[in-house]
Amino acid sequence: MRFESPTTTKAAASMLASESGAAHVLAGGTDLLVRMKMGMVEPDLVLDIKRIETMKVLKVAAGGVHIGGAVPAVELGESERLRSLWPGVVEAANLIGSDQIQGRCTVVGNLCNASPAADSVPALIAAGAKALIVGPKGKRRVGVEKVVLGPGKTSLGRDEFIEAVVLPARAGKSADAYLRFTPRTEMDIAVVSAAVNLTLSRGVVTAAKVVLGAVAPTAVVVPAAARAIIGTKLDDAALEKMAKACRAACNPIDDKRGTVEYRTKVAGVLGRRAALVAFERAGGSK
Amino acid sequence: MSGVTVSAKVNGDAVQYVCPPNESLMDVLRNRLNLTGVKEGCGTGDCGACSVTLDDRLVCSCLVLGAEAEGRSIGTVEGISQDGELHPLQTAFIDHAALQCGICTPGFLVAAKSLLGRNPNPSEEEIRYALAGNLCRCTGYDKIVRAVQSAAKVMRKQKKS
Repeated sequence: MRFESPTTTKAAASMLASESGAAHVLAGGTDLLVRMKMGMVEPDLVLDIKRIETMKVLKVAAGGVHIGGAVPAVELGESERLRSLWPGVVEAANLIGSDQIQGRCTVVGNLCNASPAADSVPALIAAGAKALIVGPKGKRRVGVEKVVLGPGKTSLGRDEFIEAVVLPARAGKSADAYLRFTPRTEMDIAVVSAAVNLTLSRGVVTAAKVVLGAVAPTAVVVPAAARAIIGTKLDDAALEKMAKACRAACNPIDDKRGTVEYRTKVAGVLGRRAALVAFERAGGSK
Repeated sequence: MSGVTVSAKVNGDAVQYVCPPNESLMDVLRNRLNLTGVKEGCGTGDCGACSVTLDDRLVCSCLVLGAEAEGRSIGTVEGISQDGELHPLQTAFIDHAALQCGICTPGFLVAAKSLLGRNPNPSEEEIRYALAGNLCRCTGYDKIVRAVQSAAKVMRKQKKS
């Protein structure tokens, strides 16, 4: 195995492109090093991207947010501005692992690890985030929802990596929220999770995006759940309709963390609760 | 597999080592630098026994490659006492009997010191959340939480005087 730590994205892209064996990008390493230790991967090249200055940039503005691929999740929570603009994205990122993991793990890594239960992914999708992908032919930008294809699988080419995720400009009276259910209060993986991002006008929801995690091979966007609350002030009937849409979008597995029935039921509950949290954060009142 | 030469700082001292590119920082600290206060519990980032600071960020050293530490500053439990004097956290762990077998203790000390550096007066809940990445199979945690609270109090007094 070789270890390289290039200082530019261009150098990183050409190292990835010229590697004939198994190349793995190292950001926080909280997934990669575990897989190496378990013998699940045997890299020929480990490419540490943390010496690339542009990938360490976290830029927060109402006109857009740039989260570099090497920015540890803990830094998101340390930005008061980001917490007030995108509270849901921050709470999702900060739920990943312990303080020790937070100091290393990145949202781009969380995305590229492609776990169905990844905490930051539903929140990023709900936020309308785009991934800035670098490859030998240059850069391209795709919606975060197009990155994960299934458990452990992404749409990235073998010579591509994600330089950053970018959140769009924030409309006024908007807020997001992320909730997850775990049997323990800390250090566990989502059994079900829900992210809601919405915008209000005169107290009424005018735009919404609802995304569920851990109930299908990838995070699931639920347009019917969003439609159920658009044009409402989250009255009980709208919320029940939304919860029903969330349940209908579930295609979960049975495992030690939860049964299909349980996950399906909880998806409705969390979807509804996340909508209420986002609604209140956006200044809405019932 | 050729070795990687690394220059870093550990507990304020300049160190240099050569390690295979896939060797963890935990193994470097324990086996090459003889800092055996760094413990291996799980080796997968779940238990926190190998906690160290890397440029003042709390991390699991089992999830860092030795090769990544080039130019970085590392802090281990060995650097917590100063001039032969135990740190208030270490004294409090002894006074409160906050350890039994002791394997988890260095990780708890490093994590608790990191917490108190950020938040000198944490609530019990904040302490429990901040130490959720450190597992102890002996104490049941209560004594550890009391020890951290008591050390925090001592440290706040020291800062005032």
